[in-house]
Amino acid sequence: MAKKTPEINSSSTADIAFLLLCYFLMTTTMGDQSGLQRRLPPIPDSKQAQDQKVNRRNIVIVRINSADKLFAGNEAMDIAYLKDKMKEFLANPANDPNLPEKEEKEIEGKTYQVSKGVISLQNDRGTSYQAYIAVQNELVKAVNELRDEFSMREFGKKFSRLSEDQQEIVKKAVPQNISEAEPKDTGKK
Amino acid sequence: MSKFGGSRNNKSVPGISSGSLSDIVFMLLFFFMVTTQMRETENKVIVKLPEASEAAKLERKDLSANINIGSPTRQYQAMYGTDARIQLNDSFKTIDDIRDFIASERDAMSEADRSLMTVNLRVDEDVRMGIVSDVKQELRRCSALKIMYASRKPGGDK
Repeated sequence: MAKKTPEINSSSTADIAFLLLCYFLMTTTMGDQSGLQRRLPPIPDSKQAQDQKVNRRNIVIVRINSADKLFAGNEAMDIAYLKDKMKEFLANPANDPNLPEKEEKEIEGKTYQVSKGVISLQNDRGTSYQAYIAVQNELVKAVNELRDEFSMREFGKKFSRLSEDQQEIVKKAVPQNISEAEPKDTGKK
Repeated sequence: MSKFGGSRNNKSVPGISSGSLSDIVFMLLFFFMVTTQMRETENKVIVKLPEASEAAKLERKDLSANINIGSPTRQYQAMYGTDARIQLNDSFKTIDDIRDFIASERDAMSEADRSLMTVNLRVDEDVRMGIVSDVKQELRRCSALKIMYASRKPGGDK
């Protein structure tokens, strides 16, 4: 008969594991890296500056002043209405001559009407960051909703449920043209 | 003789086996190891991120350079005051140091990844835009054009 090997006492492995667990809880952080991604415009050369003339009807200026008041176009506006206003501006459903023009663009073998509208966001040095991000968020929301609507029309699905190739098409057809203007030294610091 | 009678006289309660306890704790351990990442720098400025419902996740965390802007934490307030300051890596810096910071972050990356570098602007919600604009202008001069305004989804704490 074989000799019985004594069992190794394993009750302390739990303690060791707890110790490791506590170590990792202390030294690490939860990955919560999320935010609004943007591309800054490159520093313009003097030559390029002349080419970048945009037709007046294609641009809307959204301005936040140092008291966090919002102006879209030339009228004061509450932030709650900004999204719908921007959607109307970018989509231009009634082909209003005062709203941005559209150009025919061929993307992956199909032609789409792509809006040439640009939203120009201006801020003051005294604007609070919170208000700035709130406005940025509304602008992104307007574009995202337009993309969703476009996806529903073309593919019958929401934007987030499309395949990656289809998402690329939608991104080209509904571009996110938000420009962050050069800071203007207006208002007090 | 009886089926159940055998233990009638034996009053001792069987001990609960704690052998699987370690398995459970290990499972927890692995969960935290996978979902968290090492804290690389200590925060010297208070950053309470603003809320944004449309915030999207950053795909490549390893390709981001962090710039923190906010008012110094209490232990540094005696030295630096409560005005918004820029923190790069582990120390307070000024606008002029951003160029070197971006250059060194670029050098640390591989050739192919350099164009994908995202500058993660972690800015406190009470900061005025003046300092943020200055940082943005400096980033444009360094041609680090991909930026992200770090923000949190509404509803979540932290």
